[in-house]
Amino acid sequence: MSLIAAQDLSVGYGGDAVLRNVNFAIDTNEIVTIVGPNGSGKSTLIRALLGGLIPSKGQVKRTPGLRIGYVPQKLAIDATMPMSVGRFLSLPKRQSAQRQADVLERVGVPHVAKQQLSALSGGQFQRVLLARALLSDPQLLVLDEPTQGLDQPGVAGFYRLIEEVRDDIGCGVLMVSHDLHVVMATSDRVICLNGHICCEGTPTVVSAAPEYRALFGMGTRGAFALYQHAHDHNHDEGCTHDHSHDHAHHAQKETTDA
Amino acid sequence: MLDDFFVRALLAGVGVACATGPLGSFVVWRRMAYFGDAVAHAAILGVALAIASNLPIALGTLITALAMGLVVSALTERGHAMDSVLGVLAHGALALGLVAISFVPGVRVDLSAFLFGDILAVGKSDLLVIWGGAALICALLAWRWSALITVTLNVDLAHASGINPKREALVLTLALAVVVALAIKVVGALLIAALLIIPAVTARSFSRTPEVMAIGAVGIGALASILGLHASLQFDTPAGPSIVVAGGVLFVLSLMWRR
Repeated sequence: MSLIAAQDLSVGYGGDAVLRNVNFAIDTNEIVTIVGPNGSGKSTLIRALLGGLIPSKGQVKRTPGLRIGYVPQKLAIDATMPMSVGRFLSLPKRQSAQRQADVLERVGVPHVAKQQLSALSGGQFQRVLLARALLSDPQLLVLDEPTQGLDQPGVAGFYRLIEEVRDDIGCGVLMVSHDLHVVMATSDRVICLNGHICCEGTPTVVSAAPEYRALFGMGTRGAFALYQHAHDHNHDEGCTHDHSHDHAHHAQKETTDA
Repeated sequence: MLDDFFVRALLAGVGVACATGPLGSFVVWRRMAYFGDAVAHAAILGVALAIASNLPIALGTLITALAMGLVVSALTERGHAMDSVLGVLAHGALALGLVAISFVPGVRVDLSAFLFGDILAVGKSDLLVIWGGAALICALLAWRWSALITVTLNVDLAHASGINPKREALVLTLALAVVVALAIKVVGALLIAALLIIPAVTARSFSRTPEVMAIGAVGIGALASILGLHASLQFDTPAGPSIVVAGGVLFVLSLMWRR
């Protein structure tokens, strides 16, 4: 049985359906990436899966007692709330100093436990969010645009970390990607979302799918930039175009030389 | 010892501070200052209803404060803008309460005691209510603490951990209503929000975790009560407002400390 499954799921905010008839399931050990333009319902789907939104139609089924580690899209810490990294890791369950130190070491930010969350850099912050998610011994890791604000080597490093974690603990990984053209090569499935599921399959299949091209423009020429282990150096030296936009643009056709 | 009105006043002030410290921290973190104001203002209506129906004042204020909290929560959940809802309800309830009190036949009611507090007139039974209520609030917040902090930080994070944000918000609304019922005798309906917010923001400047801030706010609130009461005795100033002024002075000092 899959960890979590949406059956014929529709979600609407006051009339307008944001998601229509979405069928989705993720298994243990599987990495699934969701891509889609702004307003395509990516975050809505994640929220509905987490139980934060009541579907207007259909249902979400979870494995009973499913432990979810969630890495939110952004976490705006109100300046009025003091929060050290160590304290944050103990939310909602208390964690020993040893476990905290171990998990921070694991995600590559070993010496930040005493710092305030607000004092961390973007990359450190994402890793601390991941560390907290890992402390719940998750069966399913849910990451909503985890690489937003990271530079390209940062993204590559983060994706590699996710892969290692998956290999270590064998959890399912559900990830929303903000960059249509940069998807983890190790994704078992890519789901292209635009209110409904346009197409899905392995990264190479989706990048060639006509639905994907229709949605994101022919200009992309179907180019995914696939990050892989031996592929974490910067290919885009001197590349000036902005990767952060969600609209279609010319992606540099990258060759995977791994 | 309890026979001295001044000792009773000190104990009342410190007792209320124990409840407003942790709860006030949540009010600050969740930006509920005007929510607290609205709930406190509704208490005046509760006073009128309690007098008219011969119920204890504390019970009347508790009920109307709770009703106000629930109404505001329900309206904002349906998508009304929070500040306009509060603008209507906070002042509406205050005005309605003042009008309603004028209808209460017989005894002339000393309104200023409810608007600005009457801490020097606190009796032994009042002390029992204040300390009992403060203990209840602290127990409630301690029980829900981790979930409350998680919800305050991020709602989706809470959902993913199986925490229901609506239920936790209800806990805060309930605690707020209880605090209003306790504190109306100490600083009055108009200044309760000050007692919630000032100690918490003062404690913020030296806190590194939410827990330190909440406990620090208790200390600051207690200190403000003690200083304010002594100043009130010394300079013959109204006691409730003096406590708030003392808190304000501590806040300014904390700003300098931060530099």
